[in-house]
Amino acid sequence: MAVALPLRPTHVSKSADFESNQKVVKFVVVNKDRKHDHSQTGEVTSFEEAMLPHLDAAHNLARWLLRNEQDAQDVVQEAYLRAFRSFGGFHGGNGRAWLLTIVRNTSYTLLKKNRAADFTTFDEEIHASSDESVGPATILEHSEDAELIKEAINELPAEFREILVLRHQEGLSYKEIADIAQIPPGTVMSRLARARSKLKEYLAARIGKDK
Amino acid sequence: MNCKEAINLIDGYLDGELDPLISQTIEQHLRDCPGCDQAYTAHGSLMRAIGSGSPYYRAPAGLRERIQSSLRVEIAGQPVRDLAQPAQRLYPRSQPVEKTFLSGMPWNWLALAAAIVVAAIITFNLAPRLRPGTDQLLATQLIASHVRSLMANHLTDVASSDQHTVKPWLDTKLDFAPPVVDLTNAGFPLIGGRLDYLDNRPVAALIYQRRKHFINLFVWPMESNAVNAPQTISRQGYHLLHWVDSDFNYWAVSDVNAADLQTFKQGFEEQTRPH
Repeated sequence: MAVALPLRPTHVSKSADFESNQKVVKFVVVNKDRKHDHSQTGEVTSFEEAMLPHLDAAHNLARWLLRNEQDAQDVVQEAYLRAFRSFGGFHGGNGRAWLLTIVRNTSYTLLKKNRAADFTTFDEEIHASSDESVGPATILEHSEDAELIKEAINELPAEFREILVLRHQEGLSYKEIADIAQIPPGTVMSRLARARSKLKEYLAARIGKDK
Repeated sequence: MNCKEAINLIDGYLDGELDPLISQTIEQHLRDCPGCDQAYTAHGSLMRAIGSGSPYYRAPAGLRERIQSSLRVEIAGQPVRDLAQPAQRLYPRSQPVEKTFLSGMPWNWLALAAAIVVAAIITFNLAPRLRPGTDQLLATQLIASHVRSLMANHLTDVASSDQHTVKPWLDTKLDFAPPVVDLTNAGFPLIGGRLDYLDNRPVAALIYQRRKHFINLFVWPMESNAVNAPQTISRQGYHLLHWVDSDFNYWAVSDVNAADLQTFKQGFEEQTRPH
């Protein structure tokens, strides 16, 4: 028994080579369990230290993707739980990008369930009605109009909203964006270009309407 | 670079994600092309507007606490599940021993992975081959030098197709006497020579022509301890070819195709080989 108490998990496997001794096994289990309890509290603490600083980024991304505050909070909470469960697989490095990948995937799961519409292919016909007479200068005049820009971004499909948020609000590099959005690094620039030019069109259309 | 190419790269350029050399080419184009310059300015304004105009949704008060308590609920539920698992794992003899061992010891895998990484690093550093990092850095310098020589209209310091003019000129400017050969018969007429600075030392640059293309051949003395195998690098549409002889290091850089560059190297080596 004196031998059994300090057993580390390393020795558990060796004990399995012996005759199945109920007593020995019992001690091993109790020992492991107590150790487990202790290490789990520590794990939560180190997880929180690493991941809670990115809570605003996580919430912001989910909020833009889901366009709904309640859904965003649910998704962020779920994403943190998922992240905690796979925290063992996180070996340091870019914690924000790692967490945002999970937030992004969790958001898409909900989006797919709730709103298939968000994933219909982009309908050029509906949106092609932009006013070509609205030039860059006019757009610039409205660039301070947060409400206008917000509405225009919200009209974009999810993959465009996501990439604009990651680039313009989080200031992430193409490499980080590629990791989070799970696209080849070479695709990031062209997707950003398409997102921006669509946004410009929508802004022009909205400004044209208000005139 | 034409306008179409410049406009295609507008996002990458304004995001600061392009290769410095390509950025340079774009800047050159923008200086020459008011139309593109205007498009860049307008696009830049749009990008700033997206960043400054769109609201950033900070996490509301309470979300942090909600997450923290859900994490504690999560671990509180854990031991119950865990208790059942060791019991099932340990009792049946048929259960493979390794599985129990491994699932309890993720650290062993980490240690193994770390050992592999350390071994890889040691191997890389001890190997007498060129270190990839240094080499890539040199390749970048070489391409930059080549591009600059074509861009800034500073291809040659001494323009002459006569090797007996170019060589003495270089000899007086450098602390070594690089071989200069005439390769007109092989289809690579000599254009001239230039001084350049690479790898922290002055080097000779010999310029040869292949049809409409130029080849910069950079030459400097061999480091005594360098064990340099011939090698080729291709990057951004440029080909780099490296070889050595008993005295010198050679790096040929050009946008001609790799086969032409090989021909060039062979021609050069034939002429410089001691008879």
